[in-house]
Amino acid sequence: MHNIIQISYFIAAFLFIFGLKRMSSPLTARDGIIWAGVGMLVASLITFFEPGMENYLLMTTAIFVGGVAAFWSGKKVAMTDMPQMIALYNGMGGGAAGAIAAVELLKGDFHSQTFLTLAVLGALIGSISFSGSMVAFAKLQGLIRRPMRFPGQQLFNIAVFLVAAGFGAVLVIQGEFTGSIILIFFAAALAYGMFMALPIGGADMPVVISLFNALTGLAVAFEGFVLNNAAMIIAGTVVGSAGTLLTQLMARAMNRSIGNVLFSSFGASGGAEESVEGSMKPIDAVDAGVMMAFAERVIIIPGYGMAVAQAQHKIFELMEMLLARGVDVKFAIHPVAGRMPGHMNVLLAEANVPYDRLYDLDEINAAFLQTDVALVIGANDVVNPSARTNPDSPIYGMPILNADQAKNVIVIKRGQGKGFSGVENALFFGDNTRMLYGDGQAMVGELIEAVKEF
Amino acid sequence: MIEGMTALYIFMLAAVAGYEIIGRVPVILHTPLMSGSNFVHGIVLVGAMVAMGHAHTTLELVVGFIGVALAAGNAVGGYVVTERMLEMFKSSKGSN
Repeated sequence: MHNIIQISYFIAAFLFIFGLKRMSSPLTARDGIIWAGVGMLVASLITFFEPGMENYLLMTTAIFVGGVAAFWSGKKVAMTDMPQMIALYNGMGGGAAGAIAAVELLKGDFHSQTFLTLAVLGALIGSISFSGSMVAFAKLQGLIRRPMRFPGQQLFNIAVFLVAAGFGAVLVIQGEFTGSIILIFFAAALAYGMFMALPIGGADMPVVISLFNALTGLAVAFEGFVLNNAAMIIAGTVVGSAGTLLTQLMARAMNRSIGNVLFSSFGASGGAEESVEGSMKPIDAVDAGVMMAFAERVIIIPGYGMAVAQAQHKIFELMEMLLARGVDVKFAIHPVAGRMPGHMNVLLAEANVPYDRLYDLDEINAAFLQTDVALVIGANDVVNPSARTNPDSPIYGMPILNADQAKNVIVIKRGQGKGFSGVENALFFGDNTRMLYGDGQAMVGELIEAVKEF
Repeated sequence: MIEGMTALYIFMLAAVAGYEIIGRVPVILHTPLMSGSNFVHGIVLVGAMVAMGHAHTTLELVVGFIGVALAAGNAVGGYVVTERMLEMFKSSKGSN
């Protein structure tokens, strides 16, 4: 039986790597998750046959409770809310790694100092990932409205971390422990994860979630060493390194370093509030529709607002309508449009917009100069020219879509509010910009009507 | 027993594998991949089951129970969300 179990774990580890590899190309992505899923099924079923186990009834109950709750929430959630669900499930994984370490520490029989050290390290990282991910979830879900900041926060956070690390070291050095030391260790680690995530603004959350994802992977790998489980070691390590790289790629897409995301925040400098000259000029849907109907080239720039208004299906209709009139329609997708890289692509794909109409920032930015109409729907910071022109702006240096260079810009927007970063958008005040105020879905509907008429 | 240098070798090779997999990924797949790798570390379920299966005191059992429930949530939720996201890629195929 022992050999069958080990071989099953080996197969699972292979399927995870194979599945992830398939997921890294759009052509094969869909069956990638299925391969990885088969691996998970094999590994978890065979674990029931591990020798010397008890508590099967309670164990099955726990799997049932956690599994059903996650299945139900995962199926029910809207596409727009995917990012926070990833944060939530990731946090659960980190918490599980922490729980494994806690059980092992309570049992207290480690083969060597090395295993004890790895257990404590995994517990530290897993707990931080757990509470940090929960804060990230709460923020994206709108349960925590604004970043929490106070003077001396960095020093305070370092102090909390040192308490956690210090008590972790005590556990390792003493080798035998009382419940209270374990308790303080976990409490401090959980507190650190929370305080680490609290000051970070919502716009930076994807990078942070990706980082916590990598950390959970690492924690799982460490606990895998402790339990002598090859599947956990390999899967955890793969996720740890893949997640680290993914985090870097995301941070780079926003032109920021990971350190910058974690330890400084948008608007934290204060006094960066800029005033923009000029006024916002409204337009009605009929005029905007005519402008697009008689344009040669139109670029549509979707943002999170489009997702919230569920306007992607209407946008698809509008695209079809314009294409039928011979208008060239392209979509410009900013790397961090929406709440996560790739978020917009997924939503537009859901509405049947073909992939070859979607263009990355680098591919399309030169095209704005020859574009008649740039339609901005629900995007804000990613089209703010201040990022290019105003060194004092908090978002200065972030790569943006040069919508302001189009001959005409139409911005569909619910009200006159600011973007996620809280920065005023100079684009809205431009001479070539017209504001179309209203709900995204309703306004695109009116645009379609207007295009139909002419 | 996986110990000492063997453990280090496994660690290194798995890390290289992870790095290579993500190496040249288009931006559109960043979110699905994050979600997919989030599912993969749901393998923590296996560890949580082993830890709970060997629990003796009530406290160990309670912590183990929480661990297994959380891990099951990670695995199942991670799968469902990733699957739903990747389902979107089917409609793109027709044209290219």
